Amino acid sequence: MEMQSKTLKQQQRKFIWIFLSPGLLTILVFTTIPAISTLSYSFFKWEGFVRGSFAGFENFQNLFKFPWRDQFFAALAHNTIVFIAIMILQTSLGMLIAYALFRLKRGQRFFRTVTFLPVIFSLVIVGYMWQVMLNSYFGPINKILTDIGLESWAQPWLGQTSTALPTLVFINLWRWVGFPAIIFLAGLNAISNDYIEAAQIDGAKEGQIFRKILFPLLAPSMTIITILTFIGAFEWFDLPYVIGGTVGSPAGSTDTLALMFYRLSFGSADSVSNDIGVGSALGVIIFMIVGVGAGVGSNLMRRREVEQ
Amino acid sequence: MISKILTGTFFKAVLVINALMVLLPVFFLLNSSLRETGSFGANPLELARDPEWNNFSQVWADGEFPNFLKNSLIVTLGSLVVILICALGAGFILGRYQFKGNSLIYGFVLTGMLVPAKLAILPLFIQLKWMNLIDSHFGLILVYASGALPAAIFIMAGFFRSLPADIDSAARIDGASEFQLLRLVLAPLVRPGLAIVAIYSAIPIWNDFFLPLVFLQSPEKKTIMQGLTLFFGEYSSQWGVLFAGLTIAALPLIILYLLLSEQFIKGLTAGAVKG
Repeated sequence: MEMQSKTLKQQQRKFIWIFLSPGLLTILVFTTIPAISTLSYSFFKWEGFVRGSFAGFENFQNLFKFPWRDQFFAALAHNTIVFIAIMILQTSLGMLIAYALFRLKRGQRFFRTVTFLPVIFSLVIVGYMWQVMLNSYFGPINKILTDIGLESWAQPWLGQTSTALPTLVFINLWRWVGFPAIIFLAGLNAISNDYIEAAQIDGAKEGQIFRKILFPLLAPSMTIITILTFIGAFEWFDLPYVIGGTVGSPAGSTDTLALMFYRLSFGSADSVSNDIGVGSALGVIIFMIVGVGAGVGSNLMRRREVEQ
Repeated sequence: MISKILTGTFFKAVLVINALMVLLPVFFLLNSSLRETGSFGANPLELARDPEWNNFSQVWADGEFPNFLKNSLIVTLGSLVVILICALGAGFILGRYQFKGNSLIYGFVLTGMLVPAKLAILPLFIQLKWMNLIDSHFGLILVYASGALPAAIFIMAGFFRSLPADIDSAARIDGASEFQLLRLVLAPLVRPGLAIVAIYSAIPIWNDFFLPLVFLQSPEKKTIMQGLTLFFGEYSSQWGVLFAGLTIAALPLIILYLLLSEQFIKGLTAGAVKG
């Protein structure tokens, strides 16, 4: 018996590495090493794609000087606004839809399938579809507004600085709201029916049951949605890129940190040359915002969950 | 009593309005793909009573759509093979073996989950160039696999851990090697996990345009979503053809989703519900 378990251990040790190494090596070479390199790149001067001398914190300092400073703070403000807007609109609407699905006795499957449908769409398709629908002259949205007598509302939604970012947030809402809805629905379904029945026997109204029982017990789902929204908002790239291009058209009103990072990395139409050093410094800063924000946020929110 | 009926109606109305908000744009997309470009000026919302199938044949003939679709299929399926094999092996070890370094490796995989691939794009670009993997489907497959693997390994490790330990000892007493144990006994039991991992990884890869934008340059290697960005510029004034192109790109996933909606929902929310 002793013998057998010894050879088994030896055999197992060999297999541990045979089974583990393909996955671990792939992650190491194509995620870990490039991530660490980003950090090291940010401390060097760059001439195109050629690395120059050690630069200390110069790249980080340059980010807060002309010409990057204004771009950086404008983009940071856009990301922050988008995070707040998504938290307020998408999360509350998602919860409303989730609760409506939860109390539905029949037909839940159909409405659930429809609710989640936009989440499977590529953002390229979503972006172009809405770009055409919002077209100033031939788009159906302005046509509908004109037909129902709201002609003054018809406007170039994506073409003017005052409405471009809110319109992008709306398109994002269309594509994503099914996601929090399904997460909240899963949270609601996980709550034991006993609580609800007991409250009903005590004569509690539906609104009271939701506020006093269901909503507090949804705290874990809320934590996850908040963290994912935070990460998504501060790495927002695909939708603004598809609709506004690399420069956040019109007039930089939809610029984000990730778009700025892309311009610095690969150059763009308006500033042809790239600056890998400053770009990497920005990459490190975005990563720190996301990492620290998500880490601190989840700690704070988890603590609240325990207290309940 | 009346207020109860009113609340019921309110929540049903929420669902109906939401369904219309989702379905009308999708219907507009499909309907417009069958309309003649010239007809949009008069009324952008008209029904395509006399379907203009020509739009589709024009997309198929003019663009490189068939080739784009083939490339997307190669990249998505290729990544999937790498992800499933690696996650099966690593999930097996991390979920069922007790050994020194187990938690250290867990931590390593976890940090892989925290790093957004987009922010490491520059070193990755230079590294792929050096490895001769730029403008190559294989290079793209490895990058996608590396991005999806941390979560995939976690999901699979969870599934392996939930199986009773007796299975392993029984198979070992019967003389099965570790490899046979995994392939013949355990792999069939974690099939639901593999399905979740497959959907979780494949959909974002199929839908992605960012990595192909950076890593693929030859026109004949481009994927469908990347190709769509070229196509959209080229046909921006021919709406009928434009919508036919968008429809061709969107339809495969819509059909798969309608057939497998439960698995899709479970797969795409896997990270969030488990966490």
